[in-house]
Amino acid sequence: MSAPVTTRVGEWSVRVRPRPVVVVLVLLVAAAALGSVALTLGEYPLPLSGVLDALLGSGSRAQRFVVLELRAPRVVLALVVGAVLGVSGAMFQSLARNSLASPDLLGFTTGAASGALVAIVLFGAGALGTAGGAVVGVVVTAAVALALLGGDTGGYRLVLVGIGLNAILYSLNNYLILRSDLATASAAQTWLVGSLNGRDWTTVAVVAIGLVVLLVPALLISRRLDLLGMGDEAASSIGVPVVPTRIVALVVGVVLVGTATAAVGPIAFVALAAPQLARRLTGSTGPGLLAAGVLGGVLLLAGDVLGQRLAAPAQFPAGTMTASIGGLYLVWLLAREWRAGR
Amino acid sequence: MRLQASGVTLAYEARTVSRDLDVAIPDGSFTVVVGPNACGKSTLLRGLARMIRPAAGTVSLDDRPISSYGAKEVARRLALLPQSPVAPDGISVADLVARGRYPHQSLLRQWSPADEEAVSRAMAATGVAELAERSVGELSGGQRQRVWIAMVLAQDTPLLLLDEPTTFLDIAYQLEVLDLLADLHAAGDRTLVAVLHDLNQACRYATHLIAMRDGAVVAQGPPAEIVSSTLLAEVFGLVGEVVPDPQTGTPMIVPADREARRTGRAGLRAGVSAATGSGSSSG
Repeated sequence: MSAPVTTRVGEWSVRVRPRPVVVVLVLLVAAAALGSVALTLGEYPLPLSGVLDALLGSGSRAQRFVVLELRAPRVVLALVVGAVLGVSGAMFQSLARNSLASPDLLGFTTGAASGALVAIVLFGAGALGTAGGAVVGVVVTAAVALALLGGDTGGYRLVLVGIGLNAILYSLNNYLILRSDLATASAAQTWLVGSLNGRDWTTVAVVAIGLVVLLVPALLISRRLDLLGMGDEAASSIGVPVVPTRIVALVVGVVLVGTATAAVGPIAFVALAAPQLARRLTGSTGPGLLAAGVLGGVLLLAGDVLGQRLAAPAQFPAGTMTASIGGLYLVWLLAREWRAGR
Repeated sequence: MRLQASGVTLAYEARTVSRDLDVAIPDGSFTVVVGPNACGKSTLLRGLARMIRPAAGTVSLDDRPISSYGAKEVARRLALLPQSPVAPDGISVADLVARGRYPHQSLLRQWSPADEEAVSRAMAATGVAELAERSVGELSGGQRQRVWIAMVLAQDTPLLLLDEPTTFLDIAYQLEVLDLLADLHAAGDRTLVAVLHDLNQACRYATHLIAMRDGAVVAQGPPAEIVSSTLLAEVFGLVGEVVPDPQTGTPMIVPADREARRTGRAGLRAGVSAATGSGSSSG
């Protein structure tokens, strides 16, 4: 199952492991199935056959409106944002050689939130301004982190600096909410829980374009990131340019998490859990970007579906769902690593 | 000479390890670098392999500054096995060895017949072929070190640098690894450079010895020509005698008795050359 398969054409050769390919395909099917189910959910009752009719262009106008304009953007957004977070997490975990290194534990998500809160609280920004604030926030956070690390983004230093930054930014966020009036604080709080509700196709398109554009450099350095897992010197000895690889990974990871957070607010734990689960499923050593991305999409969509169904008609935002599920996962993971004595 | 350092200063941020160092690695030699802890042996190896950039001077590889090569270009000519590489969780022996082919590969050339041959040759030479499907994590220390050596062998470079390849191995495994390196050296025109702790082993296996202290090269040459009780005192500050190894005839270090070393040390401070034989017996 895990033995690589080589295809050669003349001088060219491609080597692929079957297992990750199968895993990605299965996950894509799961995403499609889950997405179809998600399209049936909502106040307007619509069976799966009605959803399919609307998707194929038949069905009533009302059906098409509900499915294509109200529900589909949310479902696709969940998949795309989840994928963005999964890829971003895979970048950070490979970069730090640490499965706990995810952008939400290292302060990058919190930094994006700080930027958004500054926009909301100090400038009374609307949706677009908030998204812009989130992007500025994550870029500033990354710049500060890089300055503190002195360019050395490897291993524990990134994790420790990130955790410290996260704590500082978290308290900054609390302070920003505290000093604002009730209406603003409420708007800020709503943004902070991370929700997929009421987003249109424009948001989906922006995030999707960001994902596709950033996947190119990500995939180009993914083999190098895999090799960096042997330590800087061993990787460098076989010809991996260590520092440039790290910088590209950091920039791509930061921009991805900034994009996702700007679009839907902070979403916890998808970036932490998706790459780890993907690695277990594919049995590979590398960052497993595609598997992590698709699994991230599935996880976030699953979180959103659960949030809608669990206590219907009451709804939990997707961010709350992923945080609570992810919290349990983290506890399990830490307990397991502790027992393994690592 | 293919690999040499001239006027090289090696430093980690503010701490300078070696200043104005001149080292040439004879082509086709099995060069061993020895010296006390923190004398700059590993730093020299890192400098030669471009793991650290010299603060001054140049390292040249095949008559060009090593800094002028691309990352993969260097890796096709020179391989370095670091002191403690990390085997990723669950990786198989065959997969780890195959990583050594990275500098020969590209996006559209991911696994050529040459890659396949080099990997099986490397695994055969190191005797790990039958372990190919095993996970590296479940191997013994000696086996694991042979797998890492197989990885750098698969890289198929004329120059092979090894940073303390025998550390953390018990004596039998140490000799196993050194025998393997000696076989590799005897088999072809490969140049080997290794940092070793054990001076007796260095004398047995090296064709060229570089003795370092405080970041400087104290002596270099064939072991039989340079290893003496004077060198022992100069490099390690150790009083002892050098006798022919009863098994190989190469120089063998026999440290002086505890009492003699104490008085010998006093003698050294006074500038007296130290050569002490067997003294009074003590526990």
